[in-house]
Parts: sequence; structure tokens; C-alpha cells
Amino acid sequence: MQPLLSQACWDTLYMVGWSTLIAVVGGLPLGIVLVLTDRGGLLQNVLANKVIGQIVNVARSMPFIILMVALMTFTRWITGTTIGREAAIVPLAIGAIPFFARLVETAVREVDGGLVEAVQSMGGNTWTVVRKVLVPESLPSLISSTTTTIVALIGYSAMAGTVGAGGLGDIAIRYGYQRFQTELMWITVAILAVVISLIQFAGDYAARSLHRRGGHSGAAPRLRLLKPKEPATADVGKVA
Amino acid sequence: MTFPSVPGHTHARVLDSDGNPVITTSGLTKVYRSRGREVTALDGVDLHVREGEVYGVIGQSGAGKSSLIRCVNLLERPTAGTVTVAGQDLTALAGRGPRAGKELRQARSRIGMVFQHFNLLSSRTVQDNVELPLEILGKSGKERSRKALELLDLVGLADKAKAHPAQLSGGQKQRVGIARALAGDPKVLLSDEATSALDPETTRSILQLLRDLNRQLGLTVLLITHEMDVVKSICDSAALMERGRIVESGTVSELLATPGSELASALFPVDGEATGADRTVVDVTFQGEAATQPVISQLSRTYNIDISILGAAIDTVGGLQVGRMRIELPGRYDDNVVPIGFLREQGLQIDVLGQEPVLLKEGAEL
Repeated sequence: MQPLLSQACWDTLYMVGWSTLIAVVGGLPLGIVLVLTDRGGLLQNVLANKVIGQIVNVARSMPFIILMVALMTFTRWITGTTIGREAAIVPLAIGAIPFFARLVETAVREVDGGLVEAVQSMGGNTWTVVRKVLVPESLPSLISSTTTTIVALIGYSAMAGTVGAGGLGDIAIRYGYQRFQTELMWITVAILAVVISLIQFAGDYAARSLHRRGGHSGAAPRLRLLKPKEPATADVGKVA
Repeated sequence: MTFPSVPGHTHARVLDSDGNPVITTSGLTKVYRSRGREVTALDGVDLHVREGEVYGVIGQSGAGKSSLIRCVNLLERPTAGTVTVAGQDLTALAGRGPRAGKELRQARSRIGMVFQHFNLLSSRTVQDNVELPLEILGKSGKERSRKALELLDLVGLADKAKAHPAQLSGGQKQRVGIARALAGDPKVLLSDEATSALDPETTRSILQLLRDLNRQLGLTVLLITHEMDVVKSICDSAALMERGRIVESGTVSELLATPGSELASALFPVDGEATGADRTVVDVTFQGEAATQPVISQLSRTYNIDISILGAAIDTVGGLQVGRMRIELPGRYDDNVVPIGFLREQGLQIDVLGQEPVLLKEGAEL
């Protein structure tokens, strides 16, 4: 039972880790592009914004289990198989990219437009604005968004487990549901609870310490442990 | 309404009125279009800012000041008209499309700008904020940090280099903003309501700093404000904006010498109501030489009339000592033509209340 669980844990972390990485790499630029191309943005392009926004919306609202099945051909083309943890990474990442992109968009939109104007007045171009203002100023928010994405991906990965990806979801289904080994299922639940709490705690801690490095008082964000999504967005850009 | 006098600016600064224009706008027009509606923010603005002067544009919110200052470094594209800064036609550099080309960006890096809400990056230390424009200019790390520390020293914040903006007071933040604006060694500094978010005491110290920089570095400052006090304490020249147009403009002494100037009477108000219907109320403005003549007693003796003083003030405006007095003469205007003529002959500026100004408003038809 021990090696079974530890292997399942490892599989879950493996799937979630890779898909998070791909989601961040893909979703961050996508989210920034959504902000820049919006009306009044630095690269205003209403048509591109509408098209990208629509794709993101559709992909985001697609139930994950359907996305997984629908992407099977694509998955096979990329990984050569449709079962196993490598195969699960493909739909997980593709499901998470638009999810993360929307969170990035919200975070980046919070950045004070005056800062963008200031960098422009110094002779900075759009790339400078992205690199020196939009990303660093929204970093605490972006970290919170990443935490949210990881937690969501753990949920999705359990679903992936049902179609042969392995991981904790697979254990819960096969042993807990199909073989009535309630004990094993509860252990799985406990492990997931611990893992999610740890990730949430680490993410909040990172966001909070970055936020504090920005000179904000440590007292207020402490309360926000209860509301993980807020610490970053609330005070950024606010004139103290 | 009276303004507190500002110490430290008592000696007059003489400006060559043919000085080189550093910022010139001509026919500057900005029309915003949104959902089929057109709003004209700037309506043919001609502005001439000479080298080394502090030029204030004053107006109420919505008068177009903000659009004007943003058009000067082309953060906003004017709909029509040209902007020339330090001999360079920026509107020609702008190119087509909303994005700023390389040449325009280079030109912008030579124009400093400070903002009402400071616009400092909260993720960076004070020193890193000042280094930001130098990073954009591609300077080396060593050069950046040397320059940043030098500038922080200049604005009196050398000890705050490692602090984050959130740990500073409003006045300190604006000092960082000013240090940052100076990083690219600009000849021109644009100030967008730089003191409007500050308390009166801090406002005074920030204005003093701008004045010092103007003198020490020969920096030309174009500032926009809605506070008359700002114009009064540091501006050599001023323009009044209303509904996208410049209604009055000139050096402060020119404005004060302009009969009926709204800006002059706002800069330097005197109060007092006529005591009866058959009285003539006259505002007398003294500047420089004229202030030393005992004109009132001469007037009284020469024409044998009793003069009441309704209100008077002496103040320093734009570094000039100016006196203004509101006096009342017995009899209607027609009875007082000769004494008023006498006052005019003494080189005083005379505004008779209820009478049309003799001269046209300067700048009104520009």
C-alpha cells in the first residue's frame, strides 16, 4: 500500500508540475496580450483581442473531461499514447493555459496606468513596459494566480486519473470506488488535503513576502490567508 | 482672498523676452472621439516657453491642461498642430499609428516628467526607481548607480536609496519622482500637477526644489496646475486656460501690467466695495519704481480730493515686488477723468471698476 500511494503522489505532482509550467509559459504572454490588445491598450487591436478572448473563453468553459477526450488525437500525436501521466499532461496544460491567462489578465489590468505612462515618458517601448512595469508590479498577483492554477490542476489531474493517467485520483477511483476500500480512499483524501494546503500556504507566503518587500505593511495581508486570491490585487498600485 | 507671501523669492529675475523658445506649440488641437461624440480638449493652443523659465499653465479641471502637457511629449497625439521641443519637431517624429517610433522615444528620454501621483514602481527601491530611465537608455550598472545616488543627493534623499516608495511620505515620493525625471539630463521638465496631492507645507518645499533646479541646472520647467499659489510662487510666465484655449499668457510682470487681466487679479486680489453709488473705485497696481512714489498724497494735494483706501496688499509674485491698492474717489467716473489721468501719468497701472479696460487683453487674440 505504501509504494502504491507514494507512486500515486509522485505521479500527481509530476502531472501537475509539468502542466503548471506549460500553463505559465503559455498563459502569461497570452494574458498580457489580452491586456495590451484591448481597447485603449498599448497594442490596441480590437479584432485580435476579440478573437483571442473568445478562444480563451470557450477553452476555459469546456468541461475538462470532455476536453480530455476531445484532445485524444492531439495527445497521441504529441506523446505517442493516450494513457499514462505524460499523456495526461497535454490536456491538463491545454486546459490550464486559458484559465491562467484570464487570471494573468486580471492581475495585469490592476497595474496603475500612470506607471505605464511614466515609462513611456522616459522613452520606453511596449516591451520595456511589459518587462519593467506590468510583470514586476503584478508579480504578487501572478504568484497567487499560479497557486490557484496549481490547485485547480490537482483537481483536473484526479479526473485524468480516471482515464488511466495514474495519480491519486486513479487510486481513489480504483480502490475506493471500485473495490470499496474506504480506508485507502480516506488516506487519499487526507494526502490531497495536505498537499493542497501546503501549496496554498507556500503560494500565499511567497505572494505576501513579495508584497511586503514592496514596502506594504505585513499586517493586512495576514488576514487574507483566508481569501487566497486577494493579497496581491488589493494594494498594488494604490497610492499610500 | 489673500495668499501667504513666499520667502526666498524676493529678488526679481529679469528674463530676456526674446529668449530662445524651448517648447513651442502652434495650433495644437486635440479632439477625442468616443462613440460618435467629439470632445475638443485643445482648441488651437499656441504656447511659447523660453529657455530657463518656469512656465505655469493654470486652469480648472477640464480646461485641457492635462491634454496639453501630454501632447508636449506626445504621450497623446495631437489631432492637429505642431510641437517643437529644443528645436526638434516632435509631431514630425511621431509617424503613423499609435506606437511611438525610436526617434520619438529618444526625444522623450530627453524630456523629464513628474506626475501628480508620483507613479513610482512599488516593486523597486527608491534607487532602482531613479535608475529606471537609465536602464531604458542602456547605461551600465555602475554608471546607473552613480547617477542615481548623485540625483538622490540633489533632491535631499541620499539616505533613502534602499527604501521602498511605500515607506516614504508624499513629499519624499515626489522628490524621488523629480530625481527620476532628471536622470536623462533633460533640458525640459514637464510637471503634471506635481504638488496637487501634497499638503501646503510640502507643496512649498517641492516648489522650492523645482525653483532651485531651474536656477542651478538652467532647467526649463513647464508646469500645469489648478493652484494659483503655484504660479505665484515659482512661475516666470503663466498662461490661463479655459475650455481648451489659452485666454491670457505672458510673463508675470506683463500680466500684472495688463489692465483687466483675469490672471493678474487672481494672482493678486484686492477686496473692497464702493461705499456709495456716486463713488469711483480704482485699482492701482504698483511695480518696481512706481512703488516708491508718494502718489496717493500727491493726488490728494494736487486735486484737493479725499481718497479712501478700501483694500491694499503688497506681495511677491514671480519674484517681483508688487503692490496693489483699491481706492475710492468721490464722484462718478466722469468727474474723475483728470485725477485718473494723473495716476496713469505716474506710470501706474489703473483699473477703474465698472469701466472697460483701455487696452486689449494681451494674448487674447493669439
